[in-house]
Amino acid sequence: MILSLKWLHDFIDVSDIDIKTFCEDMTVSGSKVETYEELGKEIENVRVGLITKIEQHPDAERLVICQVNFGDRDLQIVTAAKNVFEGALVPVAVSPEGEKVVAKLAHGVEIKTGKLRGVTSEGMFCSIEELGLDTHDMPGAPTDGILILNDYPCKAGDDIHDVLMLSDTAVEFEITPNRPDCLSVIGLARETSATFRRPLNIPTPAVKGSDGNVRDYVNVSVDSKKCSRYCARVVKNVKIAPSPLWLRMRLRAAGVRPINNIVDITNYVMIEYGQPMHAFDYSCLDGHEIVVREAGDGEIFRTLDSQERALTPDMLVIADKDRPVGIAGVMGGENSEITDSTQTVVFESACFDGSSVRITAKKLGMRTESSARFEKGLDCENCLPALQRACELVELLGAGEVVDGIIDVYPEKKPVYTVPFEPEKINRFLGIFLSPDNMKEILRSLCFDVEDGKVIVPSYRDDVRCMNDVAEEIVRIYGYNKIESSSIIAQMTQGGLPADVKFREGLSEHLCALGLDEICTFTFIPARIYTKSGMAEDDPRRKSLEIANPFGEDTKTLRTTSVPSMLEILELNYNRSNPTASLFEMAKVFIPREGVVTNIHGLEGTLPDERIKVTVGFYGAGGFSRIKGVCEEILRFAGIDNAKYVAVTDDPTFHPGRCAKIVLADGTDLGRFGELHPVTRENYTFSCPVYLAELDLELIREHSVSEKKYKPLPKFPAVSRDFSLVCDEEIEVGTLEEAMSSCGVKILESITLFDVYRGSQLPEGKKSVSFSVMLRAADHTLTVDEADKATKKILGTLEYKLGVTIRS
Amino acid sequence: MKELLEKIRQDALSALRGDESSESVRIRFLGKKGELTSVLRGMGAVAPEERPKMGQLVNEVREKIEAAIAEKAEKEKREALEAKLKAEKIDVTIPGDDLSVGKRHPLAQTEAAIREIFIGMGFSVVEGPEVEYDYYNFEALNLPKNHPARDMQDTFYITDNILLRSQTSPVQVRTMENSKPPIRIISPGRVYRADPADATHSPIFHQCEGLVVDKGITMGDLKGVLELFAKKMFGEDTKIRFRPHHFPFTEPSAEVDVSCWECGGKGCRLCKGEGWIEILGAGMVHPFVLSNCGIDPNVYSGFAFGMGIERVALCRLGIDDMRMLYENDVRFLSQF
Repeated sequence: MILSLKWLHDFIDVSDIDIKTFCEDMTVSGSKVETYEELGKEIENVRVGLITKIEQHPDAERLVICQVNFGDRDLQIVTAAKNVFEGALVPVAVSPEGEKVVAKLAHGVEIKTGKLRGVTSEGMFCSIEELGLDTHDMPGAPTDGILILNDYPCKAGDDIHDVLMLSDTAVEFEITPNRPDCLSVIGLARETSATFRRPLNIPTPAVKGSDGNVRDYVNVSVDSKKCSRYCARVVKNVKIAPSPLWLRMRLRAAGVRPINNIVDITNYVMIEYGQPMHAFDYSCLDGHEIVVREAGDGEIFRTLDSQERALTPDMLVIADKDRPVGIAGVMGGENSEITDSTQTVVFESACFDGSSVRITAKKLGMRTESSARFEKGLDCENCLPALQRACELVELLGAGEVVDGIIDVYPEKKPVYTVPFEPEKINRFLGIFLSPDNMKEILRSLCFDVEDGKVIVPSYRDDVRCMNDVAEEIVRIYGYNKIESSSIIAQMTQGGLPADVKFREGLSEHLCALGLDEICTFTFIPARIYTKSGMAEDDPRRKSLEIANPFGEDTKTLRTTSVPSMLEILELNYNRSNPTASLFEMAKVFIPREGVVTNIHGLEGTLPDERIKVTVGFYGAGGFSRIKGVCEEILRFAGIDNAKYVAVTDDPTFHPGRCAKIVLADGTDLGRFGELHPVTRENYTFSCPVYLAELDLELIREHSVSEKKYKPLPKFPAVSRDFSLVCDEEIEVGTLEEAMSSCGVKILESITLFDVYRGSQLPEGKKSVSFSVMLRAADHTLTVDEADKATKKILGTLEYKLGVTIRS
Repeated sequence: MKELLEKIRQDALSALRGDESSESVRIRFLGKKGELTSVLRGMGAVAPEERPKMGQLVNEVREKIEAAIAEKAEKEKREALEAKLKAEKIDVTIPGDDLSVGKRHPLAQTEAAIREIFIGMGFSVVEGPEVEYDYYNFEALNLPKNHPARDMQDTFYITDNILLRSQTSPVQVRTMENSKPPIRIISPGRVYRADPADATHSPIFHQCEGLVVDKGITMGDLKGVLELFAKKMFGEDTKIRFRPHHFPFTEPSAEVDVSCWECGGKGCRLCKGEGWIEILGAGMVHPFVLSNCGIDPNVYSGFAFGMGIERVALCRLGIDDMRMLYENDVRFLSQF
C-alpha cells in the first residue's frame, strides 16, 4: 500500500512530523514502512516562463531563439521545439539568478547555460517526460513538444512544483493480510492517529443528488450468500473527461494510472476507503437489471483486459438479465466498460465473500487490486460510505448528476462483536503493568470502545476476536519495546538432543576427521540427473514424489537417492579446477509409500518414507580402498562388526568390478559403495575415477552397538606368522579370510592382508595373496609347537576348502 | 723408569691436547699393547723393593692419563652432538603435512551453535517430516484453506493435501499433540518455499523454530529468552527490538531485530545503515492453536519463535550470497 502524505493530511495533520520519525513510529506501532519516496524532489529550478518573442536562429534552420520572461528577469533560450509560440507559458529549467546551481530534471538530467550553434541559451524548455510525467498524468500534453501551461492557473516565475502539484511523499507500507482495513488512506489515518495520539477527522460524504429515482433505473437482486451487501447508485448526464490535476496527482502518488474521471473516482475511493468499486455503463445492462449470481458451468466471459474467461459455478458474477457483466470482486467485463460515450453510470459498492473471490481469482489467474482486498475479508459496513464518497466526487468534479435514491441490498446486518475487557489478565499475559484506564485510552485511540467490561470491536476489525488480540492492540501502541524481559518461572525441563540426532552429529564429526567436507544439497532434483547418474529408464528408483507446482524441472522431483546430487557437486568442483574434493552429506531421500498409514486426524494420503542417507564421494584423492576404508570406519563408529562386503555387478552407476554392498548377518543391506562406472562417467566432465558410497543412516543406527565395554589388554605375547598363498584369481580375499577365521583355531586373533601379487612368476589365472596372522592365547605364552600347529591347521583348511597352496 | 713414566705422561697429555682422539690415545697408552701397559709388563725387571713405589707411580700416571682421556672424550661427545644437531637443522618455514581434516558445512555449524544455546536453556531438539500434511503445516496453525495469509509463504504441493513443509511449525503441532506441558522445544530443519534462488532467497532453506508452553508464560518471558539467545549468539552487548507483525499462529506477533554486531547499532554496510538486523519472527501462541492441539488456553500460555539458519549463517560468517551455501565449492567449505 502506497500512501500519499498529502492525501493523509485530509484526515489527520502530521505535516510537522519529520518523515523519518513518521516511518519509524508507524513501523513500531505495527504499520511497517518498507520505504518512502519524496516525489518531485528530483526536479529542481524549473519555473514557468512566458515567451515574449521568437526569432529564427541565424545559423540553424531548426532552432529558434526565444526571449522568455520570468517576472523578475528575462532570459534567452534556444529551442528546437515546434509547438512554442509568443505568449506561451512553458516550464523552463533555468539556474537561479546569480547562482551557479544547475537545474535538475527527471532521470538525473542537469541543465546549465550553454551555447547552441553560437547563440547563448540560458536554460531549457521542458516536455512532460523531462518532468517525470506521462500522458496519463497530463492528458492532452504533447509527447514530442513542450508542455504548454496556458490552461493552468499560473504566471511567469511560478515554481513548477506548485503549478503541477508535483511535491508529495509516497510512503510504502507492508500491510499484513489480517489488516485489509489498512489498505486505505483512512485506515492508515486511523493508525497514524493512534500512533501519534492526534485527532482524526473523517468527514461524512455529502451528496446533493438530483431528480429521478434510482429504482426507476435499475433493479438489483442478490442470489448468493457469497454477497453480503450490494449498494448501487446511478449517475446520469455523465461527461467523461480527464480528472482534475489534484486527483490525477494523488492517484499517481499512490501508484495508480489516471484514466478518466469516472474510472479515476472508483480507484480514488478504493484507495481512500479501501472499498473496491465498479462502474458499469448503464446502457449496456440488458433489462436494466443487476443480478448477483453464481456463474453457469462453462459460461464464457470477456473481462476488461480483453481476455476470454471460462467460468465455473463456484464463481460469483454480476449479471444483467442474460449475461455476466463482471466477475464479482475481481474484474468487470468489456461488455459494460466505461467509454467516452458513456452517458449513464451505475456505481457498485458491494461486499463479496473473501475466500470465494480468492478462489475465483486464483483459478482465473488474475489477481487484481480489487481481489487482493476482497480476499482478505472486507467490512460490509464500509460499502455505503464509499459509494457516497464516489457520488460526492462526481458532484465535485462535475462529472455527472447523481440520481436520488440508493440501492442497498443488505439482508443480514453485520453484528457488533465484543470481547471481554480483562486488564489484569492482559497485564499478566504480556508481563506489563498498565492501568485499565491507560488500556482504555489506547483502545479508544484505535476506535475501539470499552463499555460494561466489554471491548466493542469496530466493524472493520474482524481480526480482533479474543483476549490475545486485544492484548496485541494495547501493547503495540503502548510499545512492544517497553515490555521488560523476564526469565521463565516454571518447572525445570531437561534439554538435549534426541538419540538419532546425537548419532548423526557424532558420525558427521567422525567423517570430518576422515578428511571429508560436509555438503548441503537440494533434496529436490531435476529428473534428468537420474539419467545422468546412469539410471535406466525403468529403474524402480525413478518412482519419486513429484511437486505439483514446481517452477520448472529443477524443483520437480523429490530424490529417492542422494548419489546424483553428490555427483553434481563433485562435478562442479571438478569443473572449477579444484584438484581434489572429498565430500559427505547426511540428508533425506523420499521413498513413496503405498497404502494408507493411519493418522489421528484421518488425513487423506500417505506421507513418504523419509530416510537419511550418508553419502560419500571423492575424486583426486584415494581409490577403492579409501572409499571402503571410509565405509568400514562408519561401521566401526557404529560398533557394527558383522558386516560382509558382497560384490555388486549390475548397478549402472558403479563399475561392475568395483562395487560392493554392505550386508549384515541378519541380511540387512546398509547400502553400496564403489567406483563410478566408466561409461556413466562419460555423462560428466570427470577425466579421473570418482568414488561414491550411499549408506542408510537409520539402518546403521538401528544396528549400532552404543554400549562400549572394556576388554582387558592381553597379558601374554602374540606370535605372528606371515605366509603367501597362491590361489585362483576368482577367489576373493574375503573368502580366504572367512575360511581362516572359521577353521576352528581358537588362538587366531587377527588376520591382516599385506599383499596381493599377480605376475609372470605365477601360472595364468592365479594370484598370490599374503597374510600376516596373529596368534595369541589368553592364559599363557604360546609355544612354537602350538603356533606351528595352528598355522598348519589354517593352511590345511585353505588347501582343503579352496585349493590354495603355499607359495614357496 | 721414572723418567720413562714421566715421558709417557707428557706424551699422552700432549697427544690429547693435539688432534688425536681420546680413543686413539687410550689405545696407544693404556691399551693391551699400550706404552704404559708395556711399562707395567716390564715391572718384572724392577728390583722387588722398588716395585711398590714404582707401582704407585705407574698408577698415578695411569689415573692422570685416564682423567685427561675422559675429559677429552667428554669434549669430543659434546662437539659431536653439536655437529649432529647442526646437520639435522630443518627449515621450519616448510609447510607441515597435509592432514586434511574435513569441515562441517557452515549451516551445520550454525545450527549447532543455535542448538547449543537453547539446550543450555532447557530446550529439547525435535525433528519431523519434511513432506507434511497441509493440516500440520497450515490448518492446525490457524491457517485454513484459502486463508489469504497462506500467500505469505509460497508453498510447494505434492497433492491438495500433502506439501513440502514451508516452516518447521508442524513439528510444534505434532509435539503439542503428543506431549503435555511443560513443553520447551526447538525444531531445526529443512523447509521449502517456492521462491526462486537469488542472493537472499532459496527454494530450500533451514529454519529453527522454538516453542514454550507452560502455566504463566508471558510475553516478557519471550523477550527474555530471545534476548539471552541474541547475547550468546551475537555478543554480550547485543540488544533486541520487537516490531509488531502478523502471524496467524501467534498473537501478539512480532518481528525481532538484533542490534548490528558489526557497528553496534550505528549503521553500517552489513545492517544497510539501519543499525538493526531482522533475524526472528516470534509471538505468543494463538489460543486457537493451543486448543487445536488439545491444550487448554485458559490454563496454559506459551510463545513461539523462528529464525532462518541461512540468514544467521550469512550474517555471522559475512557471506554475501546464499547460493554459495548450496554450491559446495571445497574452497568455500574449507574456510569455516
